[in-house]
Order: sequence, then structure tokens, then C-alpha cells
Amino acid sequence: MKNKNNLFILFFFLSFCFVVFYKGLNNSNTYIPKTDDKKSVPIFKAISLYSNSYISSEEIFKKNNFYLINIWASWCAPCKKEHPFLMELSKDKSLILIGFNHRDNFDNAKKFIKKFGNPYSQILIDDGTLSVEFGAYGVPETFIIDKNKVIIKKFVGPINQDILKEIKLIIE
Amino acid sequence: MKIIKTLLVIFLIMSLSQLKAIEKNEELKNKILKNIRCLICQGQSIYDSESDFAYSIKLIVDKKINENYSEKEIYEFLRQKYGDWIIYNPKLNKNTYILWLLPVLLFLLGGAIIYRNIIIKKN
Repeated sequence: MKNKNNLFILFFFLSFCFVVFYKGLNNSNTYIPKTDDKKSVPIFKAISLYSNSYISSEEIFKKNNFYLINIWASWCAPCKKEHPFLMELSKDKSLILIGFNHRDNFDNAKKFIKKFGNPYSQILIDDGTLSVEFGAYGVPETFIIDKNKVIIKKFVGPINQDILKEIKLIIE
Repeated sequence: MKIIKTLLVIFLIMSLSQLKAIEKNEELKNKILKNIRCLICQGQSIYDSESDFAYSIKLIVDKKINENYSEKEIYEFLRQKYGDWIIYNPKLNKNTYILWLLPVLLFLLGGAIIYRNIIIKKN
């Protein structure tokens, strides 16, 4: 009877270990960002790249439009790749594009805009803290904000044709 | 002359207390940074990492400490932005309950076995 009990405990323990390790092995050990988490727009203050003055988030998001926040830098190669898509999106009047220039040389950033065009209605200087406020962890990243000032979608990496279509569908 | 000496002493005391406050903030900052996971570099804390993401987190932790956020509030702020994954010391939830409860269960089970064996031996 005692041996039977010990055998049962051992079997239970081994099964338990198997389940735990099996579950653990299936879990990813890298960070996977949530792209559909709905969060309110954080309150912040940032310096504009061109006017060199402080602007608050209330001033930026005062219009009843969809907003697109794009984190970019002149040193970031994928940002050059996604720029034509941003230029196309800027033609849509129902969407306002805001650029966060992430840890960049200001002259290089201005040269980048001069060369590839300016899709943004406002470019803000991001020392790194602004992108953290939005929960970003790399460059480029794009956020879609709805008319209720809620972040409804996040795109990690450069915008491509598929993402462009998805954004157009969201703002329609 | 006496006034100058007194002012000098006051200035020195103020400078020392300010230095101590800076040192205290630096200690707190390092403690927090060691407990935050770098999301883009595997197996490294923000404290050890030199990545762009780590730089941004270091800046924001510094900013929050200067805004008088407590250690708990800073962890909560980061958890809201990036989820539980960013903190090395995870909260008790449906994904971590085994991690928290298993040692207690094993301790209780071991205790029960030892207790049972002692009683059996005594009887």
C-alpha cells in the first residue's frame, strides 16, 4: 500500500514537471509587443524641431481627426524605406501625421525631410523618453490614434504596402 | 569675517546634503535599472545594456526619480507601457502563479512528509 502511494506521488510529481516544462518550452523568451492594446494618449510636452518651442499633447491632439504618430530618425535605414508610404498617407485629409524625431542630429533630420519630403504636420524632438511614454521600443514604430484620443493600433517596424492598406481601412 | 565664516559653513552643509541626495537617487536608479529587463538584448538588464532602448529607459527612470516617483510607481509605469515582461521580479498572476506557489507547496509537502515519518517512528 505504501509503495503504491509513493508510486502515485512520484507519477503525479513527474507529470506535473512535464506539464510545467512543456508549457515553458512553448512560451517565447523574447518580448512580443501587443499591437492591439487600446490605451489613452499619454500627456506630454515636447519641443518642436522647427519652431524650437514647447508644445503640449493637448495642443497637438485638439482636432477631431485620426492621428498617426511615427517614430523616425535620419540614421534609421528602414525609415527611408517607409517614407514614401507616409507621404502617401499625408494626402489623406482625415489623418494628421505627427513625427517623433528619435535621438537624432537636428541638421541631419532637417536634411532628411528636405530630401524626402515632409509628411508630418508637426515634428517633435524625442530624446527617448517620448517613445517610452508611448510604449515603443525601437525605430521605426507607428501608432494610430482615433478621434477619442485612444491608441488603437501599433505597427512595429517600417510601414509597407499591407500596413498602408490596413491604416487606410482603419481611418475610413 | 564671522558672517563670511558662518555663510561658508551653511554653504558647505547645504552642498553636502545635496550631494547625499544625489548619491541616494543614483543608488535607487541603479537598483531599479538592474531589475528591468532589456527588451531587445536577451539576458541583459537595462543597467548592463548599451542599446538605444536601454538609453531611453535610463533617461525615463532618471526623469521619474527627479519627479519624486517611488520605486514601486516607476515599476508600475513601465509595466503599463511594456507589460510584466519588463520587470525581472514578476507579479503574481495567472502566468506566474506556479512560480510563486510551487516553492511554498513543496515546502509544505516536505514538512508534511517529515512530520508523518517522525510520528510513525514515534508510534
